[in-house]
Amino acid sequence: MAQRKERIDRGIKVRSDDVFVLTSWREMLYLAAPRVVPVVALFVLGLVAGPYWERVLISTCMFALLAISWDLLNSAGMVSLGQALFFGVGAYIAGTLNHYLGLPPGLTIPIATVGGGVLCTLALLPVLRLRGIYFAMVTLILPMMIERVIEATKIFGGTEGISGLTTLGNPHLEFWLAAVVVFVALFGFRRMIGSDYGLLLKGINDNDRAVMSAGMNIYQYKAQALFMASSVGAFAGAFMTHAYQFVGMPVFALDYSMIPIASVAVGGMGTLAGPMLGSFILVPMSELLRGLGGLRVVIYAVILVVFTVGLPEGIFHYLSRKYNQFERWVGVER
Amino acid sequence: MSKEVILQAENLSRYFGGVKAVDGVSFSLRRNEVLGVIGPNGSGKTTLANLLTGFVKPSKGKVIFEGQDITGLPPYKVADRGIARSFQMVKPFYQLPAFKNLNVALLSPRVRRLAGGRYGDRDAVAKDLLEEVGFERDSWVISHQAASLPHGYLKRLELAKCMALQPEVIVLDELFSGLSLAEVASLVPVIEKLVHQGKTLVMIEHRLKELFRIADRVLVLNFGQKIAEGEPAQVMEDPQVKGAYLGSEAEE
Repeated sequence: MAQRKERIDRGIKVRSDDVFVLTSWREMLYLAAPRVVPVVALFVLGLVAGPYWERVLISTCMFALLAISWDLLNSAGMVSLGQALFFGVGAYIAGTLNHYLGLPPGLTIPIATVGGGVLCTLALLPVLRLRGIYFAMVTLILPMMIERVIEATKIFGGTEGISGLTTLGNPHLEFWLAAVVVFVALFGFRRMIGSDYGLLLKGINDNDRAVMSAGMNIYQYKAQALFMASSVGAFAGAFMTHAYQFVGMPVFALDYSMIPIASVAVGGMGTLAGPMLGSFILVPMSELLRGLGGLRVVIYAVILVVFTVGLPEGIFHYLSRKYNQFERWVGVER
Repeated sequence: MSKEVILQAENLSRYFGGVKAVDGVSFSLRRNEVLGVIGPNGSGKTTLANLLTGFVKPSKGKVIFEGQDITGLPPYKVADRGIARSFQMVKPFYQLPAFKNLNVALLSPRVRRLAGGRYGDRDAVAKDLLEEVGFERDSWVISHQAASLPHGYLKRLELAKCMALQPEVIVLDELFSGLSLAEVASLVPVIEKLVHQGKTLVMIEHRLKELFRIADRVLVLNFGQKIAEGEPAQVMEDPQVKGAYLGSEAEE
């Protein structure tokens, strides 16, 4: 019998554009694999990793959350150079509540998530009218400003920070919690971006004037997106505070703003999954290069350049395109 | 023609520093009327559109819509009350498929209110609207990413976006610019149909010939001031208008 090649997704796409009408296990597997495999892979990694790499995975998950938060903001037309703001505010809320009021992590993390989101949204509310680079500049400056305020006024332990905070208890539990939250955020926000609400956010990113002239209050939507993104960042900060049992000025460091952006550049913008993938490449790689001492940053930078020049669209876009073009042999009747 | 006045500008002015972009323009528009706004480049036509739709706040003067003062309202509230506009520089929602571009307007509080709290099948409504402005139904164009549409389609998309809002008044800022004669000819019936449905139009245009086929009245701007208003044929005979367009003869 003669054979020809056919794309696996063709049958699925022909039958419907949105609603999947699945007719075989093969098609179900085709759709489920890209979602299930990463989830299983991360949990298996967590099981086989030793204590050190388990810590690395936890902090990778937190950077992934910051990157997802960046991408979410960006898809609503807000470019952030200050993810450290969200991270740091969350970290300090959790740290101070735990240290001064003795609240357990089970309370401080949720309070820091919501409270951090509210505080950051209020702080950036006046500049929501600014677009592009102007908004970005403000986000860049705010965390630096807070850092200096803490240094100058010596509040919350000043330059020493606050140490000896409560842990979540079991390091395995920490990892599992981090992994679950990352995937909930990823799939949840991806679903949201695909909905009508996401359509409006994308519209604001493309042409905010046209959204306004369609009778929509864009500032309301931008503020909502900002709240969601900053809550995710604040959660990451609060979580790390308890994981490290310490909170101090470094939580406002530039690393927490730049690594998420580098992750987005490597992974691929606008997909949420790309930034997460980027973090899972960059953060562990940075740990692997630790043995190189001073050369670490150089090699890290070279790898970053290679990625961005070689795959400017991002790894995730490349992979998903290749996956969609996947072909199989089918029999042809003559 | 004794229909009610739907939109009224009173002594509308906008100054950018020392530049009087729009200077003391007054007019009133009756329901179902088509008002053409013409004038040389830089005469304040687009600023006038921005003033009417809230994108620019007036330095002086008032905009009155359906008897209510809407001066200084933000653009989304103006749109919500029923004044839609198109933009001269077409910028679609690039990432979205053509028909999804209309869903943004179809999701607006106004459309939901008019539909009695229900949205209905937005995709189907959007595709119907696109067909109305001249997209071929069932062709790839309708679901193609807006970023890759040719200029002619983008202009039609712009018009369809206005229609999606189910407005009372549509302000069209140079809808015909950059279109071929054939494309304009195919859009004219669409606009005539809108008029037939009872919409009120403000058309800012440079394509006078086509405009004069549609417009009931024409308002001529020059250096931000209204220099003439009236029926098309009569306005073009006005010496001041001739001067603005052709340049006045040197005074002797």
